[in-house]
Amino acid sequence: MRELITQTWAWWFSGAMIASIMFFLLYFGQSFGFSSNLRTICAAAGLGKKTKFFDFNWKAQTWNMAFLIGSIIGGYIASQFLSSGQPVEISAATIHDLSKMGIAAPASMQPQELFGWDAVFSLKGFLILAFGGLMVGFGSRYAGGCTSGHAISGLSNLQLPSLIAVIGFFIGGLVMTYLIMPLIF
Amino acid sequence: MKFIKFLLLGIVFGIVMAKSEAISWFRIQEMFRFQAFHMYGIIGTAVTLGVIGVAIIKKFKIRDFHGNPILFYPKEKSVTRYLIGGIIFGLGWALSGACPGPMVVNIGYGFLSMIVVFFFAIVGTYLYGVFMKKLPH
Repeated sequence: MRELITQTWAWWFSGAMIASIMFFLLYFGQSFGFSSNLRTICAAAGLGKKTKFFDFNWKAQTWNMAFLIGSIIGGYIASQFLSSGQPVEISAATIHDLSKMGIAAPASMQPQELFGWDAVFSLKGFLILAFGGLMVGFGSRYAGGCTSGHAISGLSNLQLPSLIAVIGFFIGGLVMTYLIMPLIF
Repeated sequence: MKFIKFLLLGIVFGIVMAKSEAISWFRIQEMFRFQAFHMYGIIGTAVTLGVIGVAIIKKFKIRDFHGNPILFYPKEKSVTRYLIGGIIFGLGWALSGACPGPMVVNIGYGFLSMIVVFFFAIVGTYLYGVFMKKLPH
């Protein structure tokens, strides 16, 4: 029984749970979209005084900030109480491809080469994390949503704009994976 | 107190994302290299059930717990903003291996270096807010 919890959870269970979370949010009168929190944080920091985009009633988004704080707690619970500490079991082909970029096979959830402190405190490692975050934050607001808002909520409602955004996610992801990452790693 | 239910849903979200390894940079790389079904299974299952559920909500005009009808607003029509914004997002997603939700789940999981990624995602959102008038939508 314990092993059932500590092993990697099946894709179908994860997908069904994510859909359930979306429906619970709808039932509670809200909608699933995580990146809105980034805008809310800017507004709560007072940036709306100078930039109109952040001048809105951000307190109406408190529910989503509660969801964000819950997500942090959920990550903590998963690592402290529900994990066997086994490395991520990615395919042999991926391990092979990543080794050519100097990234070792998984020893935990994340590669040390990117998220270890040695990487964070090197100029190149810091710039990788900073630019990665910058593009996610800029792109999600430009596109009007992230994976939850477009790929899950938007596609569920058969929104063509969301399909265009998801196609964009993949164009960007493939360009980064195949064209840019081999140059920077 | 009315925010407790959202906090609990967030906790479930964080646990599920972590336990299905959707927060892992390795899994995102595996996805963009088309070398496993795992991430496609997660997103595909969520969208399939989502499409069915949303259709049921619309057909039977299901109401939320306040008694208000659950409404879906069509997104504003455009190609430019979704395509360009989406591509920029995708570049960052593949590089950092995390979209905004998984970033904070990772912080809770113990990968405090994700704070750098999350901080710069906020900066990126701020820069969009500053320059949005000059960008094609």
